[in-house]
Amino acid sequence: MRTNRLGAALAVALTVTCMSGALVSCGSDEPAESPEAAPATAAPQGPAKLTYWTWAPNMDKIVKVWNDANPDIQVTVSKQAGGDDAAAKYLTAAKAGNPPDLVQAEYQHLPSFIAADAVADLKTETAPIKGEFSEGLWNLVTLGTDAVYGIPQDSGPMMLFYRKDLFDKHGIEVPETWQEYAEAARTVRKKDPKAYLGTFSSKDPGAFTGLAQQAGAQWWSISGESWKVDVADEPTRKVADYWGGLVKEDAIDDVPYFTPEWNKALNDGRLLTWPSAVWAPGVLSSNAPKAKGKWAVAPLPQWNAGENFSGFWGGSSTAVSARTPHKAAAAKFATWLNTDPKAIDLLVKEAAIYPATTKAQSALGEAPEYFSNQPDFWQQAAAVSAGARGFTFGPNVGVTYNAFKDGFDKALQDGTPFSAAVQAMQDATVADMRKSGFQIAS
Amino acid sequence: MKRSARGAWPYLFLTPAIVLFTLFLAVPIAYTVYLAMRRTRVSGLGLGKGARREVFVGFDNFAAALADAELWQGWLRVLGYGALVLGVMLGLALLFALLLDSARVRLARFSRIAIFLPYAVPGVAATLLWGFLYLPSLSPIRAVLDVDYLGATTVTYSMANVAVWGGVGFNMLVLYTALRAIPRDLYEAARLDGASEVQIALRVKIPMLTPAIVLTTVFSIIATIQVFTEPTALRPLTNTISSTWSPLMKVYRDAFVTGDLYSAAATSIVIAAISLVLSFGFLRVVRDRAFREG
Repeated sequence: MRTNRLGAALAVALTVTCMSGALVSCGSDEPAESPEAAPATAAPQGPAKLTYWTWAPNMDKIVKVWNDANPDIQVTVSKQAGGDDAAAKYLTAAKAGNPPDLVQAEYQHLPSFIAADAVADLKTETAPIKGEFSEGLWNLVTLGTDAVYGIPQDSGPMMLFYRKDLFDKHGIEVPETWQEYAEAARTVRKKDPKAYLGTFSSKDPGAFTGLAQQAGAQWWSISGESWKVDVADEPTRKVADYWGGLVKEDAIDDVPYFTPEWNKALNDGRLLTWPSAVWAPGVLSSNAPKAKGKWAVAPLPQWNAGENFSGFWGGSSTAVSARTPHKAAAAKFATWLNTDPKAIDLLVKEAAIYPATTKAQSALGEAPEYFSNQPDFWQQAAAVSAGARGFTFGPNVGVTYNAFKDGFDKALQDGTPFSAAVQAMQDATVADMRKSGFQIAS
Repeated sequence: MKRSARGAWPYLFLTPAIVLFTLFLAVPIAYTVYLAMRRTRVSGLGLGKGARREVFVGFDNFAAALADAELWQGWLRVLGYGALVLGVMLGLALLFALLLDSARVRLARFSRIAIFLPYAVPGVAATLLWGFLYLPSLSPIRAVLDVDYLGATTVTYSMANVAVWGGVGFNMLVLYTALRAIPRDLYEAARLDGASEVQIALRVKIPMLTPAIVLTTVFSIIATIQVFTEPTALRPLTNTISSTWSPLMKVYRDAFVTGDLYSAAATSIVIAAISLVLSFGFLRVVRDRAFREG
């Protein structure tokens, strides 16, 4: 299913599948070694039956561990396709009045859920676990308000994945700044006209968002009772024009990620880097199996030498439906799933996620199999994660991301500047928010 | 007494149909109309309880849909695409039907099934399959004819090709069945008058086929107006198809990508109205000719 975009029934489904860190299917099949989970305290409201929409692989196995230990709260996993479609499906179900009790919510979609009044405030239930997460991640589930709308499950700090063997062959140093990355891109074109250092994908707004975050973008923010929308801010324009320039001079390819073309280029060694998130090993192992052991990881190139910034591509939280009759039970399960050491251990092993709790991030040991040549993989990830900065997502990310795809498709096709596409994103976002009546600060 | 009892019977028999029609057609249509006249209004940040409510906006959504330049550009694209698909698909279907019907054809059964088979492949699968054939680094056909099948102008032809490939079989079958229903003695009479096979086809078969041709054309017009599968499934592979390439794609985008069910409802009613006008308009134009004797 992950092999390429065409694999899914509607290719759209996968587009964003890959934006979510939870998705990476390199889950090993080791059985759970600890059958007992958090002890069940007597639930006063009697046995609660909960449904949970998620697309994390093997979640049913993890939930079984909970169900065996908690006869009072029985959770049923309903496997979803993931991505934007899953968010749309949840919003539709919420509007129709029959949403699941629990839902996996990507950080960028959570504000849409909140705006649709589809997720419950878990402030009191989550008070004890707040400290287990970094402030940046916690902000993504509170939007900087007093309410808590979900419990962080995984995160996707971005790193630079590169073909170590081909870098050595061409005598290219691992770029530490984007300036060096551009130089390396030109070098690759000279040394091997068939290969590219990387590609710019007009189909993956999540990746672009992460790169903009790294540069310091703040697309949305809340001040008082109004939204501030600044998608076309200076850092974002800088990132857009940087990639636009490289594509224009043909130093960088424009094949979208997760397409059969991209898979083939990865497999044939015609793409030397992929600025991606911590969940990339799962994608690479299924989409480019031939290159196993040839990839290595480094921090993202920086805009200014000596900095240590990154952004997020993907990551999700567990949210509780606003309509569930079993809010307390649902919150209890969500808390266990995302903070209990045994549950996190299972999430890492079975669902191959990069956990959200600070403690679990630093406790990761063995590198992913695909990166067995890089024993310090998780240490690298933790170092990058520390410098990763995100921003508050707005209530209509769907509009913004759709405008990204249409805008950058057009820019690539017509050869127009990328910053114009960024402006189109800003305009579409603001127009949509105005139409709905959101208060916007100018 | 007796009369009224008998009068109730037809309604009793009709009940299942009426119930199903109401539940699955009338109610959804009514709900669409209802949605199309509403909109959410957000106050302040739009977060939390009660910040978002639904209000009645009358025909605002319709006005916005009609004034939307993107939608009309979509119509233009679909018009070009539709002319292409309709012409080629129905032309081929007619040709194949006539060939299969001619007495001299060999392997008629096999050919019939072979031509029909693509219709059995679901649209999404067919488009993905063709998508692979179009992609530069994977395509075997590019070795033969090296063009960018997913370029700005070629992509319409590539999509039309998928639709034609999938649609010829069905239309051919309709036409072929109609052909088989024509009394054979007409052909014999024509032959006695000295008509060749080609003349029989042009002068006897096609005129007799007109009602079936009209039928397939109307079906195809409706299907083309609703084109969605091909561009949606090809979109991830190319940057030449926007999210509003066809009117129905815009409805999908509004409803499920940008979460505006109300605009989507209004736009879909506009699309339904245009489909109605186009198919009835076509029927009106050809009715006198096609059904003169009937």
